[in-house]
Amino acid sequence: MNKKNLLDYTLHLADNALIIGHRNSEWCGHGPVLEQDIAISNIALDCIGQARNFYQYAAQLSVNDTSEDSLAYLRYTIEFKNCLLVELPNGDWGQTILRQFYFSTYQYFLYQQLQNSSDQQLAAIAEKALKEVTYHLRWSSEWVIRLGDGTEESKQRMEHAVDELWSYTGELVQAASYELLAVSEGYGVDLSTIKTKWEEKVRTVFEEATLTLPGNAWMQSGGKEGRHTEHLGFVLAEMQFLQRAYPGAEW
Amino acid sequence: MEKDFEEIFQDKVDKEIKIEPKDWMPEKYRQTLIRQISQHAHSEIVGMLPEGNWITRAPNLRRKAILLAKVQDEAGHGLYLYSAAETLGITRDEMYDQLHTGKAKYSSIFNYPTLTWADIGAIGWLVDGAAIMNQVPLCRSSFGPYARAMVRVCKEESFHQRQGFEILLTLSKGTEAQRNMAQDAVNRWWWPSVMMFGPKDDESPNTIMSMKWKIKRFTNDELRQKFVDICAEQVKILGLTLPDNDLKWNAATNHYDFGAIDWNEFWEVVKGNGPCNKQRLDTRKKAWEDGAWVREAASAYAEKRKNKKAVKAA
Ligand SMILES: [Fe+2]
Ligand SMILES: [Fe+2]
Ligand SMILES: [Fe+2]
Repeated sequence: MNKKNLLDYTLHLADNALIIGHRNSEWCGHGPVLEQDIAISNIALDCIGQARNFYQYAAQLSVNDTSEDSLAYLRYTIEFKNCLLVELPNGDWGQTILRQFYFSTYQYFLYQQLQNSSDQQLAAIAEKALKEVTYHLRWSSEWVIRLGDGTEESKQRMEHAVDELWSYTGELVQAASYELLAVSEGYGVDLSTIKTKWEEKVRTVFEEATLTLPGNAWMQSGGKEGRHTEHLGFVLAEMQFLQRAYPGAEW
Repeated sequence: MEKDFEEIFQDKVDKEIKIEPKDWMPEKYRQTLIRQISQHAHSEIVGMLPEGNWITRAPNLRRKAILLAKVQDEAGHGLYLYSAAETLGITRDEMYDQLHTGKAKYSSIFNYPTLTWADIGAIGWLVDGAAIMNQVPLCRSSFGPYARAMVRVCKEESFHQRQGFEILLTLSKGTEAQRNMAQDAVNRWWWPSVMMFGPKDDESPNTIMSMKWKIKRFTNDELRQKFVDICAEQVKILGLTLPDNDLKWNAATNHYDFGAIDWNEFWEVVKGNGPCNKQRLDTRKKAWEDGAWVREAASAYAEKRKNKKAVKAA
């Protein structure tokens, strides 16, 4: 087995969870309703928790002095393997909700299969995370429907969010090199099996939300291979600030 | 007639029987509690902002998760407290309106800025610490819903305090830059925390009535002294100092003597002239206004659903 590939695969899962968790955490204290402020913070916490599990495992797969924190705080932009979707700015509540819905749909089907991974650690993390993601998916679906089928304004805002985000959805189910290898080595999830499920779920929810599904469009990609939007640099600059400013300090 | 009700009410209070929302209560008691509980709720919500300021910059994943959970707890406290206040006949929207228009106050401590990571430690240790000192007696408030809300809140606050203390302890054992950061934060947060107990007893006109009604159990100065006594000891474990040259153990009183409080600063911040009063309120108002379309959409959708169900049922 190719240990480097397992590491890349694990880091990719970790980075996705961390960056969307970080983005969602930006809402804490600024939500539109107190109950939803709590809900989005909760989702952020779940995602950061999942990221920690993956990073801790990745640290085990790495050289001795690697830790969950060195992986999250001391890698550079081009080393991060998250999808572009999760690093995009939050936008308004509708855009955050839609991003979460796209991502949770992906994570839901991904973890469903990853819990059967031949790699016991990945399987265990996925199994635990699936419970959380099931809730994230339900919550975000309900909000997409509520906002899509709410008022004139909310519908318009959701349509705008669809425009903003659609071209970043393709990458979710388009395999990177380490994902292909992970499948052939038996511990990874075959994204082609997820693609139809993802589309089906999005179609169903959009229908209920009275939103129009965009047709075929150019899809952005590159994040999984370290080619990011300009946004990620700022996310990391903020997130990694203390570790960079005080090298070697314990917190 | 009114007189009888009032006697029954006070009799219950004296016997430590909780007053419940449907019970008769003096109008002044109701109004005082609405003010007290909503002010407390607002403090929880506004209090999310100074600490929220560091969530995206927390120094490691564990601290990030703990801080996010903490700030989320404060939102939860706000929620219990708004609900408790609502039982007295005011809506959450009305309370928000009072906050946004400046009619309702919140704890002045949150009008100070969080400049470094050590501030997160200092807030946990001192601000949550002072809050606990104020709030533990409120678990025995004569008003049932408030007392019950406070039991839940206090449990979480003591976690917060320990976490804050632990942040400072880690910093004080760290590099010189970290120790300086910790000491600087304690220097800045100490006096505002001491002021959290409110004006001196002889300038706190509502105290007597509030004590009689058992919505206050100790005076401001009593609680403040307790806080100083505890912190003066804990700061030694941290290997830091409190910024007060007059702080000294007094064997005669069995308490720590401490220096004069700058009441000028206290009243200026109350009046709105603290370093962050405007920013905090602007941020809260912005969140509320930005969220208007979301709340409207949610109720419009709920309305549609109700109609659909009604049609189906018919
Ligand atoms: Fe609180
Ligand atoms: Fe509190
Ligand atoms: Fe707290």
